[in-house]
Amino acid sequence: MPTAPAGTLYRGREGMWSWVAHRVTGVLIFFFLLVHVLDTALVRVSPEAYNAAIGTYQTPIMGLGEAGLVAAIVFHAFNGIRILLVDFWAKGPKYQKVMLWVVAGLFVVTMAGFLPRHLMNVFGGGH
Amino acid sequence: MAHGTAAVARLDSPRSPYARRKTTRGNYELYSWIFMRASGVVLLVLIFGHLFVNLMVGEGVHAIDFAFVGGKWSNPLWQVWDLLMLWLAMIHGTNGVRTIINDYATRDLTRGILKGLLYLAFTVVVVLGTLVIFTFDACPPDAPAELLASFCTA
Repeated sequence: MPTAPAGTLYRGREGMWSWVAHRVTGVLIFFFLLVHVLDTALVRVSPEAYNAAIGTYQTPIMGLGEAGLVAAIVFHAFNGIRILLVDFWAKGPKYQKVMLWVVAGLFVVTMAGFLPRHLMNVFGGGH
Repeated sequence: MAHGTAAVARLDSPRSPYARRKTTRGNYELYSWIFMRASGVVLLVLIFGHLFVNLMVGEGVHAIDFAFVGGKWSNPLWQVWDLLMLWLAMIHGTNGVRTIINDYATRDLTRGILKGLLYLAFTVVVVLGTLVIFTFDACPPDAPAELLASFCTA
């Protein structure tokens, strides 16, 4: 088995980079999910243990991390719908580039709705 | 001199006819491909709902504590919601990482070890998470009342 592929199937541009971003965000979300189930499991230890763990999620640095996590989830979700349309809609492959810009637009709108609210919760007068 | 026996042309066909190789693994990869798309749509709804209720409503992440979880899981809707989200997200994510390992880990041993670790993490997290949802007690008897949901003392 050759150690490197003899040629590359993908040649950059929207199709390849959305595929790369889908993989990267997917892996990030998966590793957060593993940690998130473990921290939630602390409710079976004691209320104090759970509150201590969740308290670390309420610090400013983790608040920025949560913003990044939500951004990864929102991209992965909308691009996943784009993949669905490419696979099952007859005109999907033809419009895959246009649909990536629709994904980008929906991403901006969704994050514009989420970020101010979340950052206010994280930085503004939380207790 | 015998009049020559008719020379029967015996030519093999230039190529053996195309035959798709049958694998013994059935349609596993097809079902996995379908599952990723079907579970993806359901997960979009479940996770967007989860993020909206936990991060957008009220004080967002600052409102989350033991009493908040107690309030949510005293409602069967959120128990089913979270259980479904746990299972679908873990299968969807594990299958995605399995695909990535198959793509990049070319040595059999490396691939085997990575997938072994992946399936171990899957089993531990799914079993633990499922047990937590089903055995959760919102009002543990020896805990300080101010840390619990209001219905514990009512």
